Amino acid sequence: MAEEIIRSNQSGEVTMRIWRGDEEGGEFAEYVMPAQEGEVVLDVIHRVQASEAPDLACRWNCKAGKCGSCSAEINGRPSLMCMTRMDTLPPGETVTVAPMRAFPVIRDLVTDVSYNYEVAKRIPPLSAREKTPDEVEAGGYRMAQIDVERSQEFRKCIECFLCQDVCHVVRDHEENKTAYAGPRFFIRSAELEMHPLDTNDRRQLLQENQGLGKCNITKCCTEVCPEHIKITDNAIIPLKERVVDAKYDPVAWLGRKIRTRSKRSAADAAALAPSQGPAAVLPPGGVHGIPQPHGQGGPVLAGSVPNAPVAPGQSVEEDAPE
Amino acid sequence: MNEYEQYESDVIIIGAGGAGLRAAVEAQAMGLRTAVVCKSLLGKAHTVMAEGGMAAAMGNVYPEDNWKVHFRDTMRGGKLLNNYRMAELHAREAPDRVRELEAWGALFDRTEDGLILQRDFGGHRYARLAHVGDRTGLELIRTMQQKAVADGMEVFMELKVLRLLHDADGNVSGLVGYWRPTGKFVVIKAKAVVLATGGVGKSWMYTSNSWESTGDGHAMALWAGADLIDMECVQFHPTGMVWPLSVRGILVTEGVRGDGGVLRNSEGTRFMFDYVPDMFRTETADSEDEADKWYDDHTAGRRPPELLPRDEVARSINSEVKAGRGSPHGGVFLDIATRRTPEDIRRRLPSMYHQFKELAGVDITAEAMEVGPTCHYIMGGVRVDADSTAATVPGLFAAGEVAGGMHGANRLGGNSLSDLLVFGRRAGIGAAEYAQGRAGDVTLDEGQIQQAIDAAVAPFQRESGENPYDIQQDLQGTMQSLVGIIRTGSELEEALGKIEVLEERASNLSVKGGTTYNPGWNLATDLPSMLTVSRCTAMGALNRKESRGGQTRDDFPKADPEMGKVNFVERIADPSTAPTGACGTPSVRSITSQPEPVPVMPDDLRALLEEAL
Repeated sequence: MAEEIIRSNQSGEVTMRIWRGDEEGGEFAEYVMPAQEGEVVLDVIHRVQASEAPDLACRWNCKAGKCGSCSAEINGRPSLMCMTRMDTLPPGETVTVAPMRAFPVIRDLVTDVSYNYEVAKRIPPLSAREKTPDEVEAGGYRMAQIDVERSQEFRKCIECFLCQDVCHVVRDHEENKTAYAGPRFFIRSAELEMHPLDTNDRRQLLQENQGLGKCNITKCCTEVCPEHIKITDNAIIPLKERVVDAKYDPVAWLGRKIRTRSKRSAADAAALAPSQGPAAVLPPGGVHGIPQPHGQGGPVLAGSVPNAPVAPGQSVEEDAPE
Repeated sequence: MNEYEQYESDVIIIGAGGAGLRAAVEAQAMGLRTAVVCKSLLGKAHTVMAEGGMAAAMGNVYPEDNWKVHFRDTMRGGKLLNNYRMAELHAREAPDRVRELEAWGALFDRTEDGLILQRDFGGHRYARLAHVGDRTGLELIRTMQQKAVADGMEVFMELKVLRLLHDADGNVSGLVGYWRPTGKFVVIKAKAVVLATGGVGKSWMYTSNSWESTGDGHAMALWAGADLIDMECVQFHPTGMVWPLSVRGILVTEGVRGDGGVLRNSEGTRFMFDYVPDMFRTETADSEDEADKWYDDHTAGRRPPELLPRDEVARSINSEVKAGRGSPHGGVFLDIATRRTPEDIRRRLPSMYHQFKELAGVDITAEAMEVGPTCHYIMGGVRVDADSTAATVPGLFAAGEVAGGMHGANRLGGNSLSDLLVFGRRAGIGAAEYAQGRAGDVTLDEGQIQQAIDAAVAPFQRESGENPYDIQQDLQGTMQSLVGIIRTGSELEEALGKIEVLEERASNLSVKGGTTYNPGWNLATDLPSMLTVSRCTAMGALNRKESRGGQTRDDFPKADPEMGKVNFVERIADPSTAPTGACGTPSVRSITSQPEPVPVMPDDLRALLEEAL
């Protein structure tokens, strides 16, 4: 029985200004498409592909804000193309779509995000505590809902890397990528730090290898997060406090020494990571498939002045520009 | 002579969703050199879209639950077409796979006493789905991704596989494909290959599936001489979004109904009470009062009919819309707003809340959703040995959606995520053991490699020809209208003819631009798989002259007990001599479809089906 295939009404037109090019450079190209009700930016990109530009490169998968593939800069704002409705953009105005600027362009809207996959390898994985006899009998760990919720917030992350894209520390400073994990991986570390089962202590690593101190808590990452994770307030600031406590608070130091179930030291935790050291040192094996970072490509948008790294001994409050 | 990069591994896994990553972790743990190939970036596979949960009879909420009940529910949900051994292994092993995931970092929602919370879903007798709100797939794939990275797994990201390669004796020995970012060709030699490529939904117009679900694994297995089974059994999930048109097909989790949501027609009637089939009548409530008591206490009433298996609910929605009782945009209403508090809805269904708010402008805590069936999952797939996941050609293994048999004619919600882990692990073991036992050097046939690459670049050499997007769109239109949720013999024959014409057109594809990240070309290389699996589905659907699970025939509306004893098997008898079709792959005309007996269940398992559990 044939199912009726509904075609939508067409009303008006939309003008898309889409960046086309590769690592060598490129420029914006304009495409005028009929407007359709309820569409998101990604729908229009797909219609451009199916009609005028079959080779227009963009990543996408789920088209429902769950996979984090279709990240781009829409009218200058880092966004998911699949969750940006056309009718939320200024009516009648050209819509500009550019690739994420913090990463080298491969082609058109597709960037080389391998930096993120390299950082991921240097995060020591979860090291779960032993089950108690009661848990062995029950068959699984016991954790209270309230205790898992803090980490659950961070595990909502869909790895769209928009927070990495917007972060001033790397957005205009390729050189910082060698020693800076970025917001996505600060929440990964926060998730593990606050994970009820984890036995690693990641604080020294965060400070010395992952550049936590470089973050100036301007909250740009929180603003662009499509999952509405409070990256700065709930992950980065608590991590900074833990790191500061670890370094300078003798009571906390003593507390750690006499705790019955002590967390592993940073060195031990690092040893559990599949690879260590700065991002420039590529681990053996690992993630293949995309070219290594090779300088800045892509469109030139307005830049921003980098924030100075946090000097040792400064308090978190002093770091904050707000 | 085309150039290519060459790599080597003991075990190669194609696909980095839950099944692929679980297989990889297991094979690597057994000491074999293991690599994973995926078409997208790591962590973006379709597993990430799974919402409601992972079914496992852990008994954390209902201690009376156990693997036997789960087995029974799975077989009944699958209309007994399942490979009973797969259903048994799945029910027995799922709880361990969930607990293992937890030890690797997954954080499921908790019960009052701190154990993994389990939620109700259609067709499951007890609340059985381990979950994290409505983003369980994300939790699964991220946990497996992080485990694989921690284990130092080798991952080939954004690599599209074109063909499997085999040696002179027919053993699968590797693959040929290309890097999507550069267009450079790649050959990977391996002692064993695991297919974990997921589904086929992109061949339909309205689907919950992403661009990746083009049936690559199904098609490559067939081209390599392996059997496919049950390809006619396609699941149309009852609740996809229907409006706006651009989001039509996007999934609305069954968790909405598990957590109290009900379906209503335009007259406000809970119409599912009118559609309870005999098979489920004794266990389904016959009044709204009784059904509503059940949510809080499963002993106080019988299950609400909204939680019948998916095939039943999808057909019922279809009937309501046809009878003129649909919603304004051709669906029905899914109402949780009048059933649960806004706080509860936002806490239990946060992704659904955001999805409707942001994409449809609908506040699901205040209004009903409009929903309708969407192509979601294929039960059919590569015919495998239940224990080892070995396909019917040596050196090839399959797990997850690409494998057939586990779910029979209809899959229960929540049984997919657990399937990925149970059979992903088994595929890792099966492939590793095969690789360990494989004697002699692995040899490749240069001719096969060159032929595949020649075919892949051919569209660049045609000045003019067919646009791949047009062929994709026409295929989607054909499958949607002729091989959709309700089928008839004459329309299926028409579809088979149209697919042959589309194949003709696909052999004249033309692609503009270069090989660097060119989606038009990428689509051109996906089309042969899409056409092949679509043909298999239409053939199986024509041959299965009955209605059962994911196969509904308007001209044969009842289940036929004789048909219930067979699987339809699609194969290409001798791929090396089969005529060549689109892009150098064996023509769809060379596929045959024949009935073969379903494995016969031993008496002790059969008894479980009939026991009043």
